[in-house]
Amino acid sequence: MTGANVTTDPATGPALKVDRLAKRFDGAAAPVWSDISFEVPAGQSVAIIGGNGTGKSTLLRCCLRLIEPIAGDIHLHGERLTGCHARQLRRMRSNVGFVFQKHNLVPRLSVLSNVLHGGLARSRGPRHWHQALARQGDREYAMHCLDQVSLAHLAERRADHLSGGQSQRVAVARALMQQPRTIFADEPVASLDPQAGEEVMGTFAKLASDHGLTLVFVSHHLDHALHYAERVLGLRDGRLDLDAPTAHENLESLRTLYD
Amino acid sequence: MTEVVQPRPPARLQAPSLVSALLFAAFLAFFAWSLAGAGISISELIAGLPNMAQIGSEMVPPATDRFFPMLDSVVVTFQMAVVGTVIGILLSLPLAVLAARNHSPHPVVRAAVRGLVSFVRTVPDLAWALFFVASVGLGPFAGTLTLIVDTIGFCARFFAEAMEEVDSGPPEAMSAIGAGPIDIIVCATLPMAMPSLVNTSLFALEKAVRSSVVLGLVGAGGIGAELATSMEMFRYDQAATIVLMIFVLVMAVESLSSQARAKLIGGRG
Repeated sequence: MTGANVTTDPATGPALKVDRLAKRFDGAAAPVWSDISFEVPAGQSVAIIGGNGTGKSTLLRCCLRLIEPIAGDIHLHGERLTGCHARQLRRMRSNVGFVFQKHNLVPRLSVLSNVLHGGLARSRGPRHWHQALARQGDREYAMHCLDQVSLAHLAERRADHLSGGQSQRVAVARALMQQPRTIFADEPVASLDPQAGEEVMGTFAKLASDHGLTLVFVSHHLDHALHYAERVLGLRDGRLDLDAPTAHENLESLRTLYD
Repeated sequence: MTEVVQPRPPARLQAPSLVSALLFAAFLAFFAWSLAGAGISISELIAGLPNMAQIGSEMVPPATDRFFPMLDSVVVTFQMAVVGTVIGILLSLPLAVLAARNHSPHPVVRAAVRGLVSFVRTVPDLAWALFFVASVGLGPFAGTLTLIVDTIGFCARFFAEAMEEVDSGPPEAMSAIGAGPIDIIVCATLPMAMPSLVNTSLFALEKAVRSSVVLGLVGAGGIGAELATSMEMFRYDQAATIVLMIFVLVMAVESLSSQARAKLIGGRG
């Protein structure tokens, strides 16, 4: 497991450092948000909240340059992400697991093959394409990742034959296979029923704390933000309106962000 | 009391605009002119009827004297079709990646590959066959080359479209973790496009079997050469046997391919 000792590495500094970031989409008059600055220390779990259209998901995607910001600087694990070339960008992204609102598994492949795809972050080639071609060690580690989300018994099932909650847990296992230092999650439970949503968030928070991972997630559920994050960032009117430890907040205080 | 006004239904037919009326009139005039150009002649058709009946009667019963050499040619025809299709499909895959909007390295590359594939498709297979017969000589090799080129024209285009149509989520998920472009194509795009790729490939095989039959007419190998010879020697009974053989071959391939389609599309990776 790589996660536990990385957090204490003094060379890395904060897991994520965002400095005066701004984003405006082509053709739009006003920026989505601007002048966003914050730091996430390694090992912290942070929730990003805000009303519809405030650009929460855009912010998360900009932090990996899946969407390009128009201004500002991003440092991931101590390295500057903005302005680097495709190859460096790929290397830096490999340290960050990304779980989407929609699980984004490859539907026609088995659960095990999908989990093994997490290994593509570390190295290339046919060994990671399909479970039949994978190294024995990787197959075993993939099963271990599936076991951590309690789905080892479904390894052979096709990904499109899973329920929504199971699919999202496989996506979490795929992120673990990557052995990331940080996990980003964009409304990971938005398409799940409340019970499956609680299960997935619970799995997430436990794994992040067990492995000492940094966790940054976007959520519409204020109770999830309070329960699973140590710190909450709130977006409103194109700027960072709230940055506080969740211990100091409650449902009422967070709701004012939506007024 | 105010009077209730019943809403009236709209007119059944809308008057065409002047432009569409003129276009329609222009089409009618062109069609009338084309009837003359196409050489339609009822009298010649009537005069030809006895000939048709004569040929038809000479076709029955179909000849069996050259059954085995003909069977051999049918097998060669099918072999040409299979080899041409498989090689064509393998060559189509990289071309399709270069031509697909979401995977092409550069818009110029994409436009160039699309242009090349369109050109290959636009030239009819008989023209390719004449070209290859002139280049590599008579025989099945010229036919196989024709089928490879023909398959590329068909598959590269539809493969590219299938790749463009896949859900962008899984490729984005791999891109987000730093996977390379080839890994993304192999792990996400190809498996997701697979049903469509299989479908197109099987259509390409059916198409190749049908066109491999006529390639022999210009000397590019296979059963078509037998058919041309029989017709030239007025052996309509032999021609009938060949037509029946072709019919059986095409039917068999189409039925097998529809079964394969149903099976493969339900597969697991």
